[in-house]
Amino acid sequence: MQPFIQFESVSKSFGSVTVIDSLDLAIHKGEFLSLLGPSGSGKTTILMMLAGFERPTQGTITLEGTRIDQLPPYRREMGVVFQNYALFPHMTVAENVAFPLEMKRLPRAEIAKKVERALDMVRLAHLKDRRPSQLSGGQQQRIALTRALVFEPRVILMDEPLGALDKQLREHMQLEIRELHKRLGLTIVFVTHDQSEALTMSDRIAVFNAGKIEQIDSPHAIYDTPRTRFVAQFIGETNLIEADVVNLQNGHATISLGHDLTAKVWAGPALEAGQKAWFSLRPERMRLGADPAGENALNMTINDCIYHGDHMRVQLRRNDFTFTARCERLAGNWTVGAPVVVSFDPRDCTVLAP
Amino acid sequence: MKKTMSKTAVRERLGSLLLIAPLLAFLAVFFLWPLWTMVKASVVDDTVSRVLPRTAAAIVSWDGQAPPPAQVQQALVEDLRQIDDQQALGETVRRLNSAVSGFRTLLTRTANAVRDGRDTTTIDLASIDRRWSEPRFWLAIKDAVPPYTDRNLLAAVDMRRDANGTIVSEEPGASANRLIMFRTFLVAAIVTFACAAIGLPYAMLAAAMTGWKRTALLLAVLVPLWTSLLVRTTAWFVLLQNEGLINGALQAVGLIDSPLPLIFNRFGVVIAMTHVLLPFMVLPIYSVLLSVPRNLMQAAASMGAGPLRAFWRVLLPLSLPGLLSGSLLVFMVAIGYYITPALVGGANDQMISSVIAFYATGTANWGLAGALGLILLLVTMILYFIYGQLSKSPQLLGA
Repeated sequence: MQPFIQFESVSKSFGSVTVIDSLDLAIHKGEFLSLLGPSGSGKTTILMMLAGFERPTQGTITLEGTRIDQLPPYRREMGVVFQNYALFPHMTVAENVAFPLEMKRLPRAEIAKKVERALDMVRLAHLKDRRPSQLSGGQQQRIALTRALVFEPRVILMDEPLGALDKQLREHMQLEIRELHKRLGLTIVFVTHDQSEALTMSDRIAVFNAGKIEQIDSPHAIYDTPRTRFVAQFIGETNLIEADVVNLQNGHATISLGHDLTAKVWAGPALEAGQKAWFSLRPERMRLGADPAGENALNMTINDCIYHGDHMRVQLRRNDFTFTARCERLAGNWTVGAPVVVSFDPRDCTVLAP
Repeated sequence: MKKTMSKTAVRERLGSLLLIAPLLAFLAVFFLWPLWTMVKASVVDDTVSRVLPRTAAAIVSWDGQAPPPAQVQQALVEDLRQIDDQQALGETVRRLNSAVSGFRTLLTRTANAVRDGRDTTTIDLASIDRRWSEPRFWLAIKDAVPPYTDRNLLAAVDMRRDANGTIVSEEPGASANRLIMFRTFLVAAIVTFACAAIGLPYAMLAAAMTGWKRTALLLAVLVPLWTSLLVRTTAWFVLLQNEGLINGALQAVGLIDSPLPLIFNRFGVVIAMTHVLLPFMVLPIYSVLLSVPRNLMQAAASMGAGPLRAFWRVLLPLSLPGLLSGSLLVFMVAIGYYITPALVGGANDQMISSVIAFYATGTANWGLAGALGLILLLVTMILYFIYGQLSKSPQLLGA
């Protein structure tokens, strides 16, 4: 299948600083792709090049097989939602939403009809004569979204659109955008530095670091089988330990974690006996207490217990080796200083070449 | 409890009043008081009633037809006899002479005759000077009796009261205040328009720039404001005169045969004033544009608006508040301009301020100077009021 949007060896430099370095990226029609990464990783630059506000220094961008990287933004038909909403303060809500339609020179009656329908869709029709300054942040965000959708652009680009909202509203808007995406079959490219946002909303996530894509995969794969140390560390919380591969057998590897601790893991194809590797284990995949079926059982001591309301965070120690585990509740006889058996499934571990 | 609290509140309020007292005192002494003096000078007309109190009291009942009765004439004689302040007499003479010419010689002669005559004798004024038998001289005195007058205000707009007290226009050619006032507003409007035409793109450019480029652009527009007026004007002489740089260059490339008249005319005045007043236009627009988020233009582009349409629909409406306050500032400052038109303008480019200066320092006619100043002040206040109303309307300013 030919990708809808294709970046081919795209580079972007500002002066002597290279922000994007020879990047290839394919975006499919109708997918919700998140560009996730720390600030300065180049994710926003990708979006700006897609929208046409920046031009690539090298490489090409095509949309349905047509080159677009040299087109000015007003010829690209991409709806952009900005973090600060970028609503026109001198126009009413209805005028804001009508703006892209007027630019298309649609007949007036049709514009009115489309504006009305679009505002109904986000349930803000009653605010159509207000000015943006009279709306709450969430309402402004929904108007900005409506304005970007109403002219049926080929792609919707969102630049950290929920960053300025408070937590509750942000979660509500995440669901609303996801719902719109499904219902209207939109192609959405969504820039965020909030990993939980990316995990809940996306079909695929591209994790950016220093101008390169570290991994592009479904949220599930990104979380459970990170392919680089950066992804393992950046997404969610993990115990990341430098380890030695002791031996390989039937797709299983035995890993030495040091301090007389060994673990059995499912081995990746790139591993060799005797090499150094990074061992990653998510805190919520660890169980405290002996598990008869468990293949991994480590004898450790409870160093500290931190109460978080819906869960506990338990710090485990053996000499100066530490693990953090997450569990829903503690059995009564486990107190700080008590010995405990920690068990986990080999499939939940990830081993990454250094 | 309540009482002590209100006491502290009062004390606090007094304290803050005390802090701004120097400012209030400054405003009162150097702003309000001169303003009040000016307004008063334009409507107060009490020299005659002050210097000739008996005559003023007696003449009120006179019907103005034949020469007034002896009782009025004797009151005048008595008043003239009592005057020992020559300066006050001089003021009265000036005031009456401005109404009917000839009063200067008439009153001086009469005053001398009265002073030389004996105290008790009844003096026949007509025998001192025959003009006292003409009612028009007495009418002038009667007209000057009321302590307040609209004479100056009417004269400021080329009007006066005729013999019956109805307001009529001055004959054309008698006075040029209306013409000069019209010219003042015209020049101010042209300058405002020129400033807007140059200032709007300039401010947009400055707002779009960053770093040293922005600083350089802003400095370029501010430097004329900081430069001495004479230096600035001399620079325009150098540029605009017949043998100046511009005419020289145009002649050198063969575009013109004889020098264009660029200075000592309306053109020179408009150029020099636009130059000085440009910052008053650029800075308000610039500061308004700075508060406009940069990505509004990106948003417009993403929705299919080309540069021209994005400018017309987004950037221009958003800079309107700045354009409006800039225009108002420029216009209000321009109508008061005095030195620049005097230096680089011709005889037909003098503005109302030079007329005010002429009356104030040239002929010591404080009344008329005050009245013209009052009209300028009124126009400015009306403009300011309109601006206040406009900036309240969100429709226009997108607030």
